[in-house]
Amino acid sequence: MTINEAKNIDLEEIITKSNEYQKKYNLFVTIISDIKKNNLNGPLANVVYTTKDNFSTKDILTTASSNTLKNYIPIYDATVISKLNSLGAINIGKTAMDELGMGGTGLTAHTGPVINPFDETRIPGGSSSGSAVSVATNLVPFSLGSDTGDSIRKPAAYLGVVGYKPTYGLISRYGLIPLASSLDHVGVFTTNVYDVALVVDNIKGLDENDMTTFDSSKMDLLSNLKDKVNPKLFYIEELGDVPYFQEVIKKLESTGIKVEPVSIDINILNALKPTYDCISSAETTSNNSNLTGILFGGMGEGESTEEMMIDYRTKNLNSEVKRRFVIGSFVLQKENQEKYFLNACRVRRLIVENISDLFNTYDGLIMPASGGVVPKIKELDSEVNEALENNLLIGNFGGFPSITIPAANIDNLPVGINLTCQIKEDAKLLNIAYNLEEIINYKGVK
Amino acid sequence: MAYQAVIGLELHCELKSKSKVFSKAINGYSEIPNNHIRPLDLALPGTLPVLNFHSYKEALKLALVLKCEIPEYMVFDRKNYYYPDLPKGYQITQQTAPVGINGELVIDLDGKEIAVRIHDIHLEEDTASLDHISNVTLIDYNRSGVPLIEVVTYPCMHSADEAVAFLENLRNILKFTEISDADTKLGQMRCDVNVSLRYEGDYDLRTKVEIKNVNSFANVKEAINFEINRQTKLLDEGRGNEIIQETRRFDEETGTTISMREKVEAVDYRYFVEPNIPKIKIKEELLKELKSEIPMLPRQRKKLYIDEYDLSEYDANVLIKDKDLADFYQECVMLEIDPQLASNYVTTTILSYLNKDNLNIKDLYITPEMLKVILDKQVNNEISSKQARELIDQVINEKKDVEEILKNKDVSQISDESELLKIITEVLDSNESQINDYHNGRTNLFDFFVGGVMKITRGKANPTITKEILTKELEKRK
Repeated sequence: MTINEAKNIDLEEIITKSNEYQKKYNLFVTIISDIKKNNLNGPLANVVYTTKDNFSTKDILTTASSNTLKNYIPIYDATVISKLNSLGAINIGKTAMDELGMGGTGLTAHTGPVINPFDETRIPGGSSSGSAVSVATNLVPFSLGSDTGDSIRKPAAYLGVVGYKPTYGLISRYGLIPLASSLDHVGVFTTNVYDVALVVDNIKGLDENDMTTFDSSKMDLLSNLKDKVNPKLFYIEELGDVPYFQEVIKKLESTGIKVEPVSIDINILNALKPTYDCISSAETTSNNSNLTGILFGGMGEGESTEEMMIDYRTKNLNSEVKRRFVIGSFVLQKENQEKYFLNACRVRRLIVENISDLFNTYDGLIMPASGGVVPKIKELDSEVNEALENNLLIGNFGGFPSITIPAANIDNLPVGINLTCQIKEDAKLLNIAYNLEEIINYKGVK
Repeated sequence: MAYQAVIGLELHCELKSKSKVFSKAINGYSEIPNNHIRPLDLALPGTLPVLNFHSYKEALKLALVLKCEIPEYMVFDRKNYYYPDLPKGYQITQQTAPVGINGELVIDLDGKEIAVRIHDIHLEEDTASLDHISNVTLIDYNRSGVPLIEVVTYPCMHSADEAVAFLENLRNILKFTEISDADTKLGQMRCDVNVSLRYEGDYDLRTKVEIKNVNSFANVKEAINFEINRQTKLLDEGRGNEIIQETRRFDEETGTTISMREKVEAVDYRYFVEPNIPKIKIKEELLKELKSEIPMLPRQRKKLYIDEYDLSEYDANVLIKDKDLADFYQECVMLEIDPQLASNYVTTTILSYLNKDNLNIKDLYITPEMLKVILDKQVNNEISSKQARELIDQVINEKKDVEEILKNKDVSQISDESELLKIITEVLDSNESQINDYHNGRTNLFDFFVGGVMKITRGKANPTITKEILTKELEKRK
């Protein structure tokens, strides 16, 4: 469903449908039924959407799918939420996610696993799981998500929708419950590239509440979207041995688009995951130190405040979250910091410089968004190609704009390709993606 | 063998600003708890710090005043630890690149110049305040996020007097530059003191004791002296091993320091660069601009007053105790009132009003311009010094301009010689015997005759002319 098609949706119908889908897919933490039409005009007026449950919504429960926040009702709106509200878009629900954004399975929300609408034996992908499902099932035309490693772009690929994260700082993070601040991006799910431009033009911009945002008033994503281009792309040779991906490349080349393989040191590629683990765990253990139950969310038991905090965190956080907190604390310790955390920061810089240099020669980097179709829940522990399954991290390390668009179906399950460009070249990225979308001409899952 | 005390200070000082250092909440004193807060001050999920550029500039200004090396970029770090007064679970501070390092502050002590070396100064946020009531603890987040400057000295001071002189000088600088109100009574300046002893002539530092959160300069002095005595006694008795690295607190009632906890191992705060505040290039132009904003500092003013204006050290010290008073005085001099004359009135008549009701010079109605009008009249012999004082009193008490007071009251001096001669003759005629005594050697009776003239004229007789005529008339009656 496109944004334009969604304009005339009946709100009662959408609430009924939401409840029905909730039973089937368990995609919501909260369905917002107190909604009504408004008299505003504009492209997003009266367009329904959903938002990942890690966006602060005033007076509406916001849990980040964590027991630590299961009763937390914010007193303020995230910047993106206020922008969408003021444009008359209608938020119909807060979607379930991997707890606090940690994980890519969609199985760890405090409200239980989110169900893959195409095959319930498989994960939906994550961490923006409910958001991805809400767009993939055509409940809403767009959804707000967040992407720290690949949390928008990977589930988008698995569920056959478009997933985009912008240049770091294009969209304000104020009100996004953070995972790792230097890697976190606010982004969107849609069914097509045009709608990405439409939504993002309306939610981007300098925000006095987020010092990392930049002025993008001269960047107009929609206006040059449809210009015909002849981009020069590259793919990473070491990660290119994926059949559906090679087919896409052939298709592109047949229309005159240049796609060249570029070799990158396998050691650098193998370093993606551990580098991410180090940096994101370090930042997240600090970012989540406010979850003590002292001021909001509930209160632990104990004789002292220290005991109360320990009790609260011990009882309310899942083991994956705790694992990351332990790793994060470990790599930040004085005696380990140089060896782990600071080295990870150096490797991150190295990777970014490598890719950044290539953007001097090429318009964009094209990658398979995953090694194959979405894994089965039972096969989650099986071995995978770590570099391939974590290639989207490149976008987060460099703050590069990055988009996943559906590419094909394999056994009636979607797979996607990813396009990544130089920072602040979001307009170029969407323009190329729009053209690729047309060439690929993906028809959806039957 | 004699010991030398080695003292280092860590000073936390609240900066003056409209809003907090990373949120838009008001930075100000409040009787009502939790009314100066925004979502960030409570660390509500999703909030982000936004640097208050005023505080950033003030911190840089202090770094310039203290002659520190200034880094290329302003960078903030997180200091991670759990405590109920720290809602985020980390404090935003500066560890990797403090706003100033390796500075110094030159102070005067007992006629000697001493350079106190500054290790670093950094900008950070204050914590919430806790109130423990029986088995309940109340948290007030008004202080959470208030901008703080921490000034850390090297362990380079050797007496309580030196430490206190440093603190007083620093406080004066903070006030003169208006970086902080530096009011210890409101807890705006809090001090941690490190004290160790070593044998005179030794170079290596010995085990130090840290005294936390001493809240007044008098207490700093007392705490240091107590600690020096305690450690001296232990060393003298051969119990030096009982001096351990520990944190102590100063107990005001007994004037002693009491052990709080042993510092077994330093806490690991797991510092890392704050990712939500991009590093900010510190531009040369900004530093230039800030330098131009630094007013003449107390020590320079004192030198000016003594060397150029010939004031006594005592008066100079009185004038530089308070910036507004010093500014008032400076303005008087700019208006070309004789510096000594201005000082005579500012440090006596005017200061007495300030001391009496604990006022600021700005609270008084009198301005340097008004003082100029009054003192010009005195210099031109239109009024006596006594009348000048009375006029100052009236201006302050009645809140009226000088001219208005003069209009309503005849205070002009009698300088007319014939009129004065008439009065002098009258006085002399009625005091024949005193004239004899005067001529027989009791020359101090001269003042008695002047007094008689003043009594009749209610002090309005021009003293210089009166004395001239009186001398002549007495000569005539020899």
